[in-house]
Amino acid sequence: MTLAIDVRGLNKSFGDKHVVQDVSLQVEEGKICGFLGPNGSGKTTTLRMLCGLLTPDSGAGRCLGLDIITQASAIKRRAGYMTQKFSLYEDLTVEENLQFSARVHGLDRRRDRVDQALERLGLTERRAQLAGSLSGGWKQRLALATATLHEPRLLLLDEPTAGVDPKARRTFWDEIHALAAEGLTVLVSTHYMDEAERCHEIAYISYGQLIARGTAQQVIADTKLITLNGEGPGADRLSGEIGKLPGVDMAAPFGQSLHVSGTDRAALEAAIAPYRRAPYRWTEIEPSLEDVFIRLMETSQDNFQ
Amino acid sequence: MNGFSANRVLAVMIKEFKQLTRDRLTYAMMLAMPVVQLLLFGYAINSEPRHLPTALLVQEDTIFARSITSALKNSAYFDLVAQVRTPAELDDMVRRGEVQFAITIPGDFTRRVARGDKAQMLVEVDATDPSATGAAVAALAALPTQALAHDMKGALAPKAAATPPFEVLVHRRYNPEAVTSYNIVPGLLGVILSMTLVMMTALSVTREAERGTMESLLATPVEPIEVMVGKLAPYVVVGLIQTAIILLLARFLFDVPMIGGWLGLSLGVSLFIIGSLALGFLMSTVAKTQLQAMQMSVFYILPSILLSGFMFPFRGMPAWAQALGEIVPVTHFLRVVRGALLKGQGIEDMWRELLALVAFVCVVTALAMARYRRTLD
Repeated sequence: MTLAIDVRGLNKSFGDKHVVQDVSLQVEEGKICGFLGPNGSGKTTTLRMLCGLLTPDSGAGRCLGLDIITQASAIKRRAGYMTQKFSLYEDLTVEENLQFSARVHGLDRRRDRVDQALERLGLTERRAQLAGSLSGGWKQRLALATATLHEPRLLLLDEPTAGVDPKARRTFWDEIHALAAEGLTVLVSTHYMDEAERCHEIAYISYGQLIARGTAQQVIADTKLITLNGEGPGADRLSGEIGKLPGVDMAAPFGQSLHVSGTDRAALEAAIAPYRRAPYRWTEIEPSLEDVFIRLMETSQDNFQ
Repeated sequence: MNGFSANRVLAVMIKEFKQLTRDRLTYAMMLAMPVVQLLLFGYAINSEPRHLPTALLVQEDTIFARSITSALKNSAYFDLVAQVRTPAELDDMVRRGEVQFAITIPGDFTRRVARGDKAQMLVEVDATDPSATGAAVAALAALPTQALAHDMKGALAPKAAATPPFEVLVHRRYNPEAVTSYNIVPGLLGVILSMTLVMMTALSVTREAERGTMESLLATPVEPIEVMVGKLAPYVVVGLIQTAIILLLARFLFDVPMIGGWLGLSLGVSLFIIGSLALGFLMSTVAKTQLQAMQMSVFYILPSILLSGFMFPFRGMPAWAQALGEIVPVTHFLRVVRGALLKGQGIEDMWRELLALVAFVCVVTALAMARYRRTLD
């Protein structure tokens, strides 16, 4: 197995804010790794360090076998990076943006490549449209087309689907999987749990520290979280009450029902006991990734304080 | 419609003030700029220059010649910087702009004064900038009656009383009719190029940073020098077109004489365009917002207009202001343009100014490259 990303002990501070703390991350070639964590947890900073846009304060590692500090420009040639905020030229057309990218990367057969990229992402009819006039979903596809035009071996995507409708997101993920099938390694940050579940594996970062790693199932299993689902009229309104009880780590309403989670089975059962009566019905369910993440977020916050 | 609410005005006002103080640079510039400019330009600008460099060619060694020499030395308007031996030397000094005045006292001067036979003293004026020499030329009118007052004794005394003992022949070179536009229009080339080119590129990098496109650009393999050359090249063409337009209009609308010096002029124009663009690029690597970049370019334009000799005679400024003026690239460019067009200077006459422009280009480019970040750190 070859590692496309292999970095250890990355640190980065801005002023007195220690944004990334000792992050180590390994991603196998051809895998899609979901990069999760709350806002401001250091995801963007980590991605930027991986593609040479930021220099780590300490730590070392390799992307595609190249040193992230001394060979940053070689990494730039072999990696594609899609920024969180749309960062292409709004006053250039779709085609001109692609042409620019092709030239900057010194690609041969520019016309063909641009045509193929347009075709592949369904942008052919919009090729003459100004990038600034595209809707969110199309902007995102253009950004992906630009980031993949030079056939990178590694793709770094920073919240690529923020503010994009579900259909466009679905198409986008199909495209990502198609690219991974061709051997491309993808590291993608996201806040969407369904997207996290579409990744081969996930890495969870919080307050600058990597705190969970593995497939979605592994991460769920590792937290040893037990979740009970309470149903019945008004069950969802009990969240405030139950959430305060000892043994309950969190209680969150889901539609008409309530998810109550904790790591100590006995304490959890004891807390729920008074509510084990009509009209409520309780069943144990598999905790969702979201439950796990909120739990992770809260515990790491405690550690941080 | 819900009327006019003083509270809402206040809300907007408070917000504006807060935003204003957030942008430290703008805030500092708004307060510091008036003070700096008032002091700088208030003391520096003098539209009636004195102590103009003057070269003297005396072709006879007589009491009269010595009297005139000392009269010139005592005058506040002339600084005798050189005593030359041949008319050719005198001519060179005027053409190169080393002196503003070249005064010749001919060999038969004393004889003619004694005989009362139309004695003449020749004053050649570098009149490329008419306003620089006006007051000094006016002061020459009093010279004939005063300079020889002590020497016209005995037999000569009656002559002195009747008419001035000699006349001053003023020869305005390069701009005999003292047309102001001959001086201003070529100067405008420097000012217009500075204004447009510096401002255009001052926005170039800042715009990328502000719009967020810098992040994508930095993620590509493009190198800093490639970004700079690529960004500046289109504006070099713009600058050349502007130059062509200004020169054509200068020729056909303002009848500005164009004597020659085309090679030097072309070199000067090219260097100046590149330097100005690089300077704008440098500014844009320093400024955080496009507004800041604009302010910086304005900050640069003002001394370019006021201290360069474009608007007010360079030699009218006190020494410290001239020293500052020498740092302003436009100063050197103006000397190249005026020297070439009005005086027909060749490269051998203006190489110092061209070297100054080369230094300008090199320093600014080096600084810009040092400032340009290839990461977002």
